[in-house]
Amino acid sequence: MSNGNFKERLEENPNYQKANAYKEKVLALGNDSLEKTIAVALALCFVCAILVSFAAVALRPLQIENKALDMKKNILEVAGLLDEGTDINQAFSDQIEEKLVDIETGDYIDDMDVVTYDQRKAAKDPSQNINISTEDDIASIKRKAKIAKVYLVKSGDVIESIILPMHGYGLWSTMYGFLALESDGQTVKSINFYDQAETPGLGGEVVNPNWRALWKGKKVYSESGDVKLGLIKGVVDTSKPGSEYDVDGLAGATLTSLGVSNLVKYWMSNQGFSAYLDKVRIEGEG
Amino acid sequence: MSADIDTKKILTEPLVNNNPITLQVLGICSALAVTSQMSTSLIMAVALTAVTACSSAAISSIRNHIPGSIRIIVQMTIIASLVIVVDQILKAFAYEISKQLSVFVGLIITNCIVMGRAEAYAMKNPPMASFIDGIGNGAGYSLILIIVAFFRELFGSGKLLGIEIFPLTKDGGWYDPNGLMLLPPSAFFIIGLLIWTFRQWKPGQNEKADFKIMDISHGEGGHH
Repeated sequence: MSNGNFKERLEENPNYQKANAYKEKVLALGNDSLEKTIAVALALCFVCAILVSFAAVALRPLQIENKALDMKKNILEVAGLLDEGTDINQAFSDQIEEKLVDIETGDYIDDMDVVTYDQRKAAKDPSQNINISTEDDIASIKRKAKIAKVYLVKSGDVIESIILPMHGYGLWSTMYGFLALESDGQTVKSINFYDQAETPGLGGEVVNPNWRALWKGKKVYSESGDVKLGLIKGVVDTSKPGSEYDVDGLAGATLTSLGVSNLVKYWMSNQGFSAYLDKVRIEGEG
Repeated sequence: MSADIDTKKILTEPLVNNNPITLQVLGICSALAVTSQMSTSLIMAVALTAVTACSSAAISSIRNHIPGSIRIIVQMTIIASLVIVVDQILKAFAYEISKQLSVFVGLIITNCIVMGRAEAYAMKNPPMASFIDGIGNGAGYSLILIIVAFFRELFGSGKLLGIEIFPLTKDGGWYDPNGLMLLPPSAFFIIGLLIWTFRQWKPGQNEKADFKIMDISHGEGGHH
């Protein structure tokens, strides 16, 4: 009913009539005339642009939700809190505390909204990032955010695990992941990578649960305070002294293994979270 | 539109007799890249089939008005738009898989099969036939992709669709996976073997040699 009205009104509109007349004229033109070429190109671009923007806008909320959910899932997983059938959103809000940390000083920042802060975005924003000098940049990331988002699992007031974001370059891609430490800021609980594009089956094995399980119980810092944790070539002999600092390298993926070692080294050093971890340790003792 | 389009023929011809990968040797790049696992191959196959069918139909429906001078650009624009839509849909509804496929969904744009069907078929045939032709060629591509992925995943990681078939030695089983199978070159070997099998089975697919090596035992020279 209203459709009919709309159509009638449209047909009476002089602009519509003009457009229609032009359409007829263009369609009748020879295919190789300049005018038709331009008209077809413009019309096509218009239709395609509408199609693409409609898809992008209509699906955006779902995509953002997927991304956020995936992130939460990875954090729960690295904290060892993910079981089959866990309600991810519920578990995350119940058990994980998000905190912002100034990387340089290691202090918590409380006057910013922790939920909306996006460290990956901040790393690209000149007002929120720091360029890393070439000699410091062992993880090949060029710049980092001044403020990092860390995740804490607490029982009561006592910290049980500290989950730190890390990223660095492997063979093909920047690998983004988390390292979960015990409250001593020294013992590794778990590691995972939620965004990487290394060779499937070789470097891509950084996501393999069996390999990741090797990290449990490893130590990060040597007695002198240097980052000693890293991957070695081949299989670690656990009976040897010092093996608590070594993790098996990924077979057939030397460069990815090197990348993982480097990014752990970088983010645990004084370029990364060592200042923060020092403060956590003092707080834990005090 | 001619009423007597032979739907069945358009649909089944590209499976074996005119397969886009084994006979036309198109779309090899993505066949190497996404076939290390069955699940990614399946999604890629569906995505490519959808894009080929829809783009062929769209191009065919405006084929009489496409100016010759911008023909390829028009086709690319339509194909690229559809690929972006597919990519967005995957990100919204199959996030895990879209993470694994990463850049390869975007690379459907450069898949020769899509352009090839647009140029060879959709520009000359009505929309419905073009749509079916797109589905048929997508299916032909899918068939090869799934066969290749079957062998690569089975022998490369002992699994099919992520389900363990051969228990691996590192998990205490007996199968030592073949790492080469996970690397793109193995897809080359499997596709090569498939082409050989197909041509052995249907000798009509053998191409005539471009030139013959001269038989020198019968004196020199001679007329062709």
